[in-house]
Amino acid sequence: MNTKFLEKEFDYLKPATLNGALEILAEKPNVKVFAGGTDLIVKCKTGAPVDMDYMLDINAIDELKAIASGDDGRLELFTNAKLSTIEKDERVIKDYPALAAAIRAMASVSVRNMASIGGNFCNASPVADAVGPVMCYKGVLRLLSKRGEREVAAEDFFLAPGVSVLEKDELFHAISLPAPAANTGSAFIKLGRVKSDIAKISITVVIERDDERIADCRIAMGSIAAKPLLVADIGQSLAGKAVTQKLIDATASEISAFIKPIDDNRTTAEYRTDVAKVIAQDAIAAAWKASGGKL
Amino acid sequence: MSMHEITIKVNGKPRRLAVKSNELLLNVLRDKLFMTGAKYGCGIAECGACTILKDGKSVMSCLVPAVAADGWDITTPEGLADGGTLSHVQQAFIDHAAIQCGFCTPGMVVASTALLNENPDPDEEYVRDYLRGNYCRCTGYVAMVSAVLDAAQRMKAE
Ligand SMILES: Cc1cc2nc3c(=O)[nH]c(=O)nc-3n(C[C@H](O)[C@H](O)[C@H](O)COP(=O)(O)OP(=O)(O)OC[C@H]3O[C@@H](n4cnc5c(N)ncnc54)[C@H](O)[C@@H]3O)c2cc1C
Ligand code: FES
Ligand code: FES
Repeated sequence: MNTKFLEKEFDYLKPATLNGALEILAEKPNVKVFAGGTDLIVKCKTGAPVDMDYMLDINAIDELKAIASGDDGRLELFTNAKLSTIEKDERVIKDYPALAAAIRAMASVSVRNMASIGGNFCNASPVADAVGPVMCYKGVLRLLSKRGEREVAAEDFFLAPGVSVLEKDELFHAISLPAPAANTGSAFIKLGRVKSDIAKISITVVIERDDERIADCRIAMGSIAAKPLLVADIGQSLAGKAVTQKLIDATASEISAFIKPIDDNRTTAEYRTDVAKVIAQDAIAAAWKASGGKL
Repeated sequence: MSMHEITIKVNGKPRRLAVKSNELLLNVLRDKLFMTGAKYGCGIAECGACTILKDGKSVMSCLVPAVAADGWDITTPEGLADGGTLSHVQQAFIDHAAIQCGFCTPGMVVASTALLNENPDPDEEYVRDYLRGNYCRCTGYVAMVSAVLDAAQRMKAE
């Protein structure tokens, strides 16, 4: 494996405007967007198949780097907002702490200075760490092309490893996060071999509390299927229930029985199944406490 | 494959270059500008040997297409010292014997400089976490961590 040179040949385009980028996507064949390059260039160097005749650098388009407050208290993370900017954003830290935690658990500072949030989605890896929190916070993804804009719920974006619903002429535009309800608590847990590792398994839990009971619960997991997964039914089944250790244990067992992990070079399916239960117990308890609930 | 004229400010000096779309910033620094401070280790952003500063923040130059660095203001390991005077981080690495074979040292010193740009008063945990993207096969990191903490003190005393 030669990681010293980029053997691949391609033309490089750096439009100054969003419209310019959309035109290139609409008109040219085999265009790959270059945001931070921390997935794209690694793939090119390590010989993964990448259909790229044109590299479309979006870094001259300032509006794509923004984090902006939207209508109804929503937060809009534009695609090329760098991970290191998002993890330090006061609004993210306050309202979406599991997202800040997931990003801090990724890679290293230097990689996070380069990498974008949109790249983490578009790469469509089952281990993508920023995805679980966005799913649990009910994030909506905005996809833009010359044909117009469409919105897709974060959990409907992924199809298979490396494959999403993004069409060839579409730009991943932004992630729109709704304002969290009062008494919302969340937790993110990732297990790796060392701190900067890709996850062996990860879990996000976001709970909306109504007094002693759960009003709503969203649970997402990474590295346990062919795509990042919202474990929707199990989360929803908790609505209206009073939280006890017994409920937490039963839910964690259900999650462990539900997931269908594989053996790979990071760990085994058996380990993932066993440990899913433990991190689910911890994450549900932590999210409940963060919502102000008592255990 | 397209060719591009780019201008990069390297250690304060604008450099004009013609690069192919698939040339990497690390290779351009080393092979065209003969600045061999930044090292090639893994080539895929895992080891930190190629760390440079962009606007004072650390990035891995092995993953940056040189053409994408047009207009950047970067600092390489060569740019840390002020003439013959080493930076506090460089001097502290020497004083703490935080160097063995030295291969990781340029990247480590650059990343530590970025760390102190961001947080002039770090604790040990912060330093260990911040430097987790820079690998050293020799030192065991202990001396490096104390060098960075000491450099922070020296900067404050200044
Ligand atoms: C050493 C190292 C450690 C890492 N550790 C982790 C980790 O712990 N967890 C984790 O989840 N990831 C990790 N990653 C992967 C990577 O850093 C993230 O997925 C990152 O968010 C990718 O963002 P980027 O801007 O660099 O993407 P790029 O490489 O620029 O793009 C990734 C893909 O998405 C496409 N794309 C990007 N933006 C758009 C857009 N707006 N519209 C359409 N297509 C687009 C690109 O064409 C490309 O195919 C690691 C990478 C490295 C090198
Ligand atoms: S050579 Fe760039 S991080 Fe290893
Ligand atoms: S001193 Fe040898 S790799 Fe760090």
